[in-house]
Amino acid sequence: MGESLKCDLCGKPATVHLTQIVNNQIHKLDLCEECAAAKGVTDPTGFSLADLLVNKPAAAETPASQLVCEHCGFTQADFKKLGRLGCPACYERFSPILEPVLANMHKGVTHLGKVPARSIERRTLLDRIARLERELTDAVRSERYEDAARLRDEITAMKEAMSGRPAVS
Amino acid sequence: MIIAPLLESRADFGETSGPRGSVVLMTRIRFARNLARHAFPGWAKDAQRREVFATSLAAVAGLKEMKKGISAEMSDLDELERQILFERHLISRELMGMKTGSGFVISRDQSCAVMINEEDHLRIQVIKAGFHFKKAWNVLNGIDTSLEETLDYAFSPTLGFLTACPTNVGTAMRASAMMHLPALVIGGQMEKVVRAVNQLGIAVRGLFGEGSDATGSIFQISNQTTLGEGEEEILKRLTAVLNSVIEQENNTRARLLETEPAKLFDKIGRAFGILRNAYVLSSSEAMNMLSLVRLGVDLKMLPVELRSTVDRLFIECQPGHVQYAARKPIETAERDSFRARLLRAEFEKVGTPDFNPRNDDNEPTATN
Ligand SMILES: [Zn+2]
Ligand SMILES: [Zn+2]
Repeated sequence: MGESLKCDLCGKPATVHLTQIVNNQIHKLDLCEECAAAKGVTDPTGFSLADLLVNKPAAAETPASQLVCEHCGFTQADFKKLGRLGCPACYERFSPILEPVLANMHKGVTHLGKVPARSIERRTLLDRIARLERELTDAVRSERYEDAARLRDEITAMKEAMSGRPAVS
Repeated sequence: MIIAPLLESRADFGETSGPRGSVVLMTRIRFARNLARHAFPGWAKDAQRREVFATSLAAVAGLKEMKKGISAEMSDLDELERQILFERHLISRELMGMKTGSGFVISRDQSCAVMINEEDHLRIQVIKAGFHFKKAWNVLNGIDTSLEETLDYAFSPTLGFLTACPTNVGTAMRASAMMHLPALVIGGQMEKVVRAVNQLGIAVRGLFGEGSDATGSIFQISNQTTLGEGEEEILKRLTAVLNSVIEQENNTRARLLETEPAKLFDKIGRAFGILRNAYVLSSSEAMNMLSLVRLGVDLKMLPVELRSTVDRLFIECQPGHVQYAARKPIETAERDSFRARLLRAEFEKVGTPDFNPRNDDNEPTATN
């Protein structure tokens, strides 16, 4: 009783107290009014306790080494500061530090939901076209013209199949 | 005003009847989606943001659900327009503060809203009045599948849909119900409910400092986790939790009515009196009074038609909407009197509440 709690983010007296249990772990958070407002706690539509937990300064101690995403330049320090990632490729780059975070905040670590079938199909096709194009270059360079002709036809057919797909269902 | 067409065609407030719908004001599901090979909005350079915006806007505006809808870049909107969209739950507070390269598409009936370049490239949301996860899910799933015909989503077979924040990765789905829980608040049960619901990985949003109520006793309850469970499984679990909260709210109402009818009638009667007679009303006081009057409707003290009026007024008594209704810039104090005038006009039309405890006449009492 009477003991006043301090804001977890800035240390001022806390007036907003949150408790949440995820995966049987109790997370407690005490915030001052300003930090609560800044973090959107006062806005019932935009607030997630998990977001705050990622940002908690003591959440993860950084080892000496720093991971950097070569696609977007995002660093491990950026992640610690922002609690967000830079680009989709960051997920792979930062997987060593992300895995424990994800396991802590979710029900599991493997996606079990909807799969964007068209996106995947399209990407698979693009990858195959890219591979055939490399083979074609090889065939031309080594003067295997019959192979080259066959590969060219295959690539054309695949590109046609892709662009011929109806855009809206 | 860009958003004028939305304000003229009223959103659907009419589906909140029935024992479950009276507690659940609205259901909402949103998917977060990102484009493959593009930096997330918070990290992208301006040129990248503009590129994503143009690509996404074209895809979304082309949806059949968005025919006759409106779309805009945030820089095209003034402060008041942003505020109004926020008060209607169509855009987030985060998007409100953004400018070039961020925007939205909203369907004419306001049941579908897509934010572009908010925290993620796309935030696709479907709203239904009342308790309707299945309907919302069907529409949203369809929209998502159509968009995916033309947009390359960032997706990993193991982690699912990749999102700017790791709290959303996986299904990237947040499903929520806006619940009206006045009896649980009056009965001091809310903290217990929040604790129990949290145990199940479900979040309750609002302020829970000692004794402080959420304005209007309205709480948003949503799934907290998005990875390790499929969409339908999440919805099933959430629905079970919501049903039990509804049950507890209804039980608490019945108990208050039985044990402390005078206290309850006094609260509702005073709220009605304030809405009908006050000359100055802040938006939070208006919300709290409307909440009690809505409880009065549920307890059959006030005509049932009043419920949809109250649900509409919950939105129309917000600062942005009051400012819009005034048609000229007004200060906070003036807004409070304008709001009171608006509410008096609505409540003058309503007859006096009937405070005959309804278990006196037609409720079969279980005595033995
Ligand atoms: Zn603070
Ligand atoms: Zn990256």
